[in-house]
This record gives sequence, C-alpha cells and structure tokens, in this order.
Amino acid sequence: MKKEFKIISELIEENKRMLDVGCGDGILMKHLKDNKNVDTRGLEISKNNVQICISKGLSVIEGNAEKDLQQFPDLSFDYAILSQTLQAFYNPEKVIDDLLRVANKAIVTIPNFGYWKVRMHLFFKGTMPVTKHLPNEWYNTPNLHMCTIKDFVNFCAQKKINLFRSLALHEEKVSEINSKNLNFKNLLSELGIFLIEK
Amino acid sequence: MNKIEKVKTIIIEKPLKLDCGQTISNFPLAYETYGKLSEKKDNAILAFHALSGDQFVTGTNPITKKNGWWSYLVGPNKAIDTNKFFVICANVIGGCMGSYGPSSVDPKTNKKLGTNFPVITINDMVNAQYNLLDFFKIDKLFSIMGGSMGGMQVLQFVANFPNKTRTAIPIACAASHSAQNIALNELGRQAIMADNNWKKGDYLNLDNSPDKGLSVARMAAHITYLSQKSLQEKFGRKLQERDDLKFSFDADFQIESYLRHQGSAFVDRFDANSYLYITRAMDYFDLVKQYKGSLSDAFRGSKVKFFIISFTSDWLYPTSENKEIVIALNAAGADVGFIEITSDKGHDSFLLDVPEFLNSVKNFLEINY
Repeated sequence: MKKEFKIISELIEENKRMLDVGCGDGILMKHLKDNKNVDTRGLEISKNNVQICISKGLSVIEGNAEKDLQQFPDLSFDYAILSQTLQAFYNPEKVIDDLLRVANKAIVTIPNFGYWKVRMHLFFKGTMPVTKHLPNEWYNTPNLHMCTIKDFVNFCAQKKINLFRSLALHEEKVSEINSKNLNFKNLLSELGIFLIEK
Repeated sequence: MNKIEKVKTIIIEKPLKLDCGQTISNFPLAYETYGKLSEKKDNAILAFHALSGDQFVTGTNPITKKNGWWSYLVGPNKAIDTNKFFVICANVIGGCMGSYGPSSVDPKTNKKLGTNFPVITINDMVNAQYNLLDFFKIDKLFSIMGGSMGGMQVLQFVANFPNKTRTAIPIACAASHSAQNIALNELGRQAIMADNNWKKGDYLNLDNSPDKGLSVARMAAHITYLSQKSLQEKFGRKLQERDDLKFSFDADFQIESYLRHQGSAFVDRFDANSYLYITRAMDYFDLVKQYKGSLSDAFRGSKVKFFIISFTSDWLYPTSENKEIVIALNAAGADVGFIEITSDKGHDSFLLDVPEFLNSVKNFLEINY
C-alpha cells in the first residue's frame, strides 16, 4: 500500500463509517475494512475498478462524484475520502461542500502544484509540468483545477472549513504543515493531505 | 399441456390474501431446483423468473426441450455454480407452467378459470413463493436474484422479508413500472384481446387459442428486448431467402422472418391469459407508492447486501431507473454495490452470454459466500 494510504488510514478511527470517493481498485477500503473494522462504501467512475472492488467483497457504486454524491443523505458517514482527484472535477468547490455534507470529516489529498520541481519545470522549460504525481501532458490531462498546498489552505480559511490536520508528503516522509512553515512546505512537498471539518 | 402435470409442485394450503382483496388457498406452486442444499442450509439461492420465463432455469426444459432461460449463468461450474449453490426457482402464480394461474381448473365448475382468475401483483407472486422457504426448511437464503420482472420480485422480497436473505441481486429492473413499459404491455394485451379466438379469455374451455394475438404481442415485446444497434448488426436490411424484394407482404426481410418465428415459437409454450395477467402485475408494480412515496423506507434497516446491475443498451429498464434503486438504498444507509455493464444486446443482456455480467455475479457470490 502506498504511503499516502498509510497516512490516511492512520487518520481514521476504528469501527467508523467511511465513503471512499474515487476508490479505484479498493486497496484503501479493503485495508480499512480488514484492519480497522471500518464500514466502507466506495464511489468509482471506472467500470473495471468497480468490478475489481466487487470481487474483493467491497460495496462500490459505479458513478461520478459530481453527480452521485448528491444521493447520499446528510452525515451518513464519519469520513469521506478524496484521494488526488479534487483537481479533476468541474466544480471542486461543490465537491468539497458535498463531502462535508455527507460526512463529519473529509480527508482530501492533492498533488501540490507549488512543489519546486513543478515550478522549475514551468520556469526553465516553459512548458506545462510533467512529474511523478502529474504524469500527463497538457492535452490529455484529466486535471482541470490544479492547486497548491497554500491554495488549499487559503481555500479552507475562506470557506470557514476547519483544517483538523494538515500533512505534507515528500519522498515517503510525512510532516505537519502549520502557518509558520506553510511557504516552505508548499515548495518542498509533492502531496498535501488534509483532514477537514465544517 | 398435459406434460405440465409432471412438473414438481407444492400445494400451498395456507390462505394467501391477494392485493385485489381475494384470498386463495390450497393452490399449486410449481418449482424446480438445481444443486444440493447444504447441511447448514446456507447455500440456497432463490431465482425469480421474468415475464416469459418459468421454473426451468438451466439444463433442458422438460416441456419445451430448449435450454433453460438462465443457462449461461446457472449450472455446474458456471457463474452460479450448482456444485456449490442450491438454486430454487418457482413458476410465478398467474403463470402457465404448473403454478396456479388462468389455465388452472376451477373445481366448482370443472372449467379452466380464464379471466375468472384474480388479478395478481408482484407482491402476491413473492408472498406465494415465500412458502418455498418453509417447504425446504430454509431459515435464511444466501441470495435472491432475478432480471426484469425477476428483479422486481427481488426488491419486493427484501421489502417484505428483510431478514430472509443475506444478499440480493436485482438486475435490469425498476422500482416502479414506467409509462413506456405500461404502454408496451398494453400493446401486447390489446393484440391478444383483439384476436377473435380470445373469447373474453374463455378460449381454453372452447379448445381454441388466440395464437395470432399472442404471437403479435411477443413480436412487439421481443423488439423491446433488443437494441437498435444489435438489430442493425444482426439483420440490417438482409433479405430472407430471396434475391430481391417480392412486392408483397410476405417476410421479405430477415428481421420479419425472425420476429414471426419468435412469435410462433412463443405460442407453443405460453398461455395468452397468463400473458395478460403477468404483464398486468408488472404494470401495477410500484414499490415507491407502496411505501408512500419513499422508496428508501422499503429498505430501511435492512442488513441485506445488494448488488444492482444494469446494461448500457437496455432502453426498457434503463440505467437511470436502476440507479433510482441504488439512490434509495444509499439514502436508507443500506449496503449496496452497483455496476452498469457495457453491452449492445439490450434488455436481453441478462439472459445472454455477456462475460462481464456473468463474471460480476460470480465474483459477488463467491466473495460473499
């Protein structure tokens, strides 16, 4: 399991209810179900991934977060997870609203567009950055709304969303983000992991 | 039709109050089983058939000598492996394969019931079949499943008996019959009733049958089970055993010949009155109304694990209608998985060799058993 999922699963308490939005092949769900007795549900856009999840015994619905989150009642989960997909939505703001409507807390991870390699790529090469976390070219990327760790922190402040935990991930190393080191973490981290609450 | 007397039946003595107000008792329910019931009785699957189906799920149907309607899915080493699972299927009441229906004899008059048979509902069908659990002394089924009208019975079963199955697979169905579907069923019924041989449903006592009407009903219905694409690819404008158009009303096109064949093959095995009664039951199905506008209430508190399946090219029970069920289940906090299978084969996909579909059912059952 990748480091990002290990961090997410540490943030989730045992015996809770969780919705994994864009659950992929269900690795995180399966881990939480087996190890923390979490009651998991998934929403996934790829038919192939839904098939894989079903064969693992996971309850996953084929669907699109922007349309299908609406069907879940208010506060029907303790946690909603959104791993590295926020930037691919037409309306990320609405998705965040929906996550915090259906769950008490949400864990959102974002590939950091403020990472120094990304900045250098654009600065020196003058072309859209292609990195490990952003592997696509500008013409085939699913990413519509790239943001930086700092953008997300500002967004939460503006929307009065409580940042319960803010973590930065860089080469398998995790660290806390706070107001003092924000600019620094924004430059040196590939991924931001946020536990948020309305 | 005498052959039908040889099918397995249970006589349900317990009175069953029908939605129409009548009560029936001591009536036959024909069934078939596949595989062996385990000692713990934990491997039973109740399959519900669709409009034109019967209890003969797989293998050779002893009456029609054709393959069972779910032969692709059910059987030894198939997706629903009968080496492992015990599959039960009953002919619905209102049907014509041995269960109580319009071709049953009224003991008072010694005549076939015809339209004196009460109008039945999906709820009545399910309540009648529930007796099979007592008969086999099964406390809890492992799964229930069905496509189309079979799927409706799955939904009704869970609503009526929330603790009597561990899992449920409603396929290509809806929680209430749409205007389009009612319209198409009405077309079929009118075709039957317009046939002079129908005689207000009394044809069986007159040794006749509205074959033309039933055949037209089946032809119309058959089109709705396919997709535009599959029709075009399979038949296009191909001509039937001729080099050119004949400037007549014979079956010039292959599609015409195919539909005529579907129609005439159907009348050999199906009773026209049963067609009226069963399509009526489908039209009356409205689980949303039964639960006063809140479909979620039908499933609230249910511990059943659901797996809902729809097909991309099904325009009779489209994905959107299947998704209504998913939404209601989610709103009720139920355990539900959902997938839309890519298939060009239309509504009939659930009966055909669609590997992605067969695998999903297999995987779901295996992991949850």
